[in-house]
Amino acid sequence: MSFQKNIMIVGVGGQGTLLASRILGEVLLSQGYDVKVSEVHGMSQRGGSVVTYVKYGSAVASPIIDKGEADVILAFEQLEAVRWLPYLKLGGKLITNTQRMNPMPVITGVAEYPEDLLALLEGAGVDLLTLDALALAEQAGSVKAVNVVLLGALARQMEFGEEIWQDAVSRTVKPQFAAMNRRAFEMGYRGQSVAAN
Amino acid sequence: MSKALLLGNEAAARGLYEAGCRFASSYPGTPSTEITEEAAKFEEIECEWAPNEKVALEAALGASIAGARSFCGMKHVGLNVAADPLFTASYTGVNAGLVIAVADDPGMHSSQNEQDSRHYARAAKILMLEPADSAECRDFMKLGFLLSEQFDTPVLLRLSTRVSHSRSLVEPEQRVSAEEKPYRKDSGKYVMMPAMAQKRHVLVEQRIEAQRTWANSAGINRAEYHSKKIGVICAGINYQYAKEALRENASYLKLGCVYPLPDALLKEFCAQCGEVFVAEDLDDYIEQHCRALGLRVHGKDRLPLVGELSQSLLRKAILGEALPAKALEVPIPGRPPVLCPGCPHRGLFFALKKRKVFVSGDIGCYTLGALAPLQMMDTCICMGASVSALHGRNKANPQNAKNSVAVIGDSTFMHSGITGLINIAYNKSNSVVVILDNSITGMTGHQQNPTTGLTIKGDPTAAVSLEKVCEAVGISRVTVVDPYDLQATEDALREALAAEKPSVIISRRPCVLLKYVKTKPALVADASACTGCKQCMRIGCPALSFQGNKAAIDAAQCVGCGVCAQLCRFSAIKGGLAQ
Ligand SMILES: Cc1ncc(C[n+]2csc(CCOP(=O)(O)OP(=O)(O)O)c2C)c(N)n1
Repeated sequence: MSFQKNIMIVGVGGQGTLLASRILGEVLLSQGYDVKVSEVHGMSQRGGSVVTYVKYGSAVASPIIDKGEADVILAFEQLEAVRWLPYLKLGGKLITNTQRMNPMPVITGVAEYPEDLLALLEGAGVDLLTLDALALAEQAGSVKAVNVVLLGALARQMEFGEEIWQDAVSRTVKPQFAAMNRRAFEMGYRGQSVAAN
Repeated sequence: MSKALLLGNEAAARGLYEAGCRFASSYPGTPSTEITEEAAKFEEIECEWAPNEKVALEAALGASIAGARSFCGMKHVGLNVAADPLFTASYTGVNAGLVIAVADDPGMHSSQNEQDSRHYARAAKILMLEPADSAECRDFMKLGFLLSEQFDTPVLLRLSTRVSHSRSLVEPEQRVSAEEKPYRKDSGKYVMMPAMAQKRHVLVEQRIEAQRTWANSAGINRAEYHSKKIGVICAGINYQYAKEALRENASYLKLGCVYPLPDALLKEFCAQCGEVFVAEDLDDYIEQHCRALGLRVHGKDRLPLVGELSQSLLRKAILGEALPAKALEVPIPGRPPVLCPGCPHRGLFFALKKRKVFVSGDIGCYTLGALAPLQMMDTCICMGASVSALHGRNKANPQNAKNSVAVIGDSTFMHSGITGLINIAYNKSNSVVVILDNSITGMTGHQQNPTTGLTIKGDPTAAVSLEKVCEAVGISRVTVVDPYDLQATEDALREALAAEKPSVIISRRPCVLLKYVKTKPALVADASACTGCKQCMRIGCPALSFQGNKAAIDAAQCVGCGVCAQLCRFSAIKGGLAQ
């Protein structure tokens, strides 16, 4: 029987979604799956809404994920979680950072950032996991590690052991940031702060 | 070697390496850029960023004629610029193999139009291959060199955003050392003047006939039969979409070569299958060909001519099915791309806004100055058009010159702004051209260009002096300003617009994202001094927001450029250049 899982990573250009999808891709590759990862380059990387698709299974055809097809959406920002919600399969899981980033129409005052998005998501019966990845990243040593914290949260929902992930993190980030990123990953994985060692 | 997860573009670069390619000359453009960036990592390939696509293709053709397997890469609109050498390269053919990659952007993720480059293959009579994943990007690149030498033709490799920017598995192979092909003088083949070209055109038509025969038996054009109730004719990414949507419930004719098309295979496939669909993005290129053969197919009667296809569009068009999906009933503000915090273009656009001028725009990061709240662009057409179109505007009515400027980036100016500037000097319009010199090709992700003093491999080289070029073409008023200094920038604009001669203003400050640029500590907004006047919000910096009725600065984003501080009449923004 053919098997396939579809994961979407959504966020704001500059938040490091590409690195997260790259590490995820490496983990899946090391587990022997057929893997496809679709990235965004170019215009939208300049602070726009960005999305990466990661698909794996016995044989993956299309590299993109369409409405109603994602098993998991990992959102780096609340508004982006809601924007991409229609892509979630019925019964799929939404993992979201609680961070809010105002888009330009909100900054210039022509639009409002909708309130209580997390409660609305819960109310709509979405299978939701939230975490304050920004705070955890700060505790791990850098606000830039938000992406690795969130990857940790995603990893917890998947079937491979923590060490496989940590190895991929260490291989992908610059050596001088490896320890900090490993810590960030662990915080995401446990959903809480862990002491530096 | 073990399998690697490569971007389509990385795999294409791997193909260049394995094929023994020795020379690559390209101009960046999303989604094609990474092919040449990745190729530059191989010592064996002499790689360059050319000033534009025409130069790049001519350089690659020159290297091919000299005997080196050569490559040239570009985005779809780049092929318009390179079209002149393309059409005649079809006549000269090659010596060593020549592959030209052209990356289309259905859906316009990062482009100003959605043109379909397959028409070029047919118009220039050049064989075109279209890969469907990374492994094929590598394989078709290598095949391209073989076909180029076999048929004595340049070969086009058509990519698209989803193929170029998706990762899939590739098993690396060894590099072959392509044999040297010594140059032999042959004016009948390489000197294209009427008497010779007339003979070459005959050979071009014969070549296409030979390729048609080849296409019908080529392994890259293959029928995959499952259920024959539905048949799908497709190439590139649409093969993947169709497979995802229909699996074994349909048969597929997957075309690896989209010009020339394999007539016999098309007929055979249509005879075998019940209802046949052509799944292609953009134009009805394959569909029209099928109709000309008298084949009954569905295509644009069910699928859009605009935007990219997807598995769900095919599912809907062919099976009439849609997957259920959930959405929240709240208005969701859009999140358009923005100029980065500390972007040097911001100060320049703010100065333009204060002067309320007409802005003849161009393509690059600075095109984001067209969006709210700056909204300081009136036109944006194609690379270089800012300068030439401003001249036309000022000729239409010389009074326009008093309140109109062109804005153009350093890379874009090198690409095709210089010729427009020569026209301004030569044909005498009092035009004001602003060159936004951020010392890099920003929009496409930081490529070096002839003004930066570095090659694609990071080696120091001659740097074009923008000041001297402008003076040399006949512009005697050339000034340089720092766009972080709003007053100086505004003064320079006012003086240039008042002058009774053409002017160039070079707005110079390196992109803040460049590694060597040292940023300043974040500024702070002093809530006790802030009166809530919102003047600072007019520059549209993503690091600035209003909390309650006071300005706030996001320390994680602010790079201390100090532009906002210059707008605050109450000295409520502290730090940076303002102090
Ligand atoms: C003919 C053509 N080739 C390539 C591109 C892709 N492209 C868009 S803008 C740009 C260069 C932008 O660099 P620059 O002018 O220095 O401005 P910056 O982005 O740095 O502000 C390129 C290569 C294009 N749109 N058209």
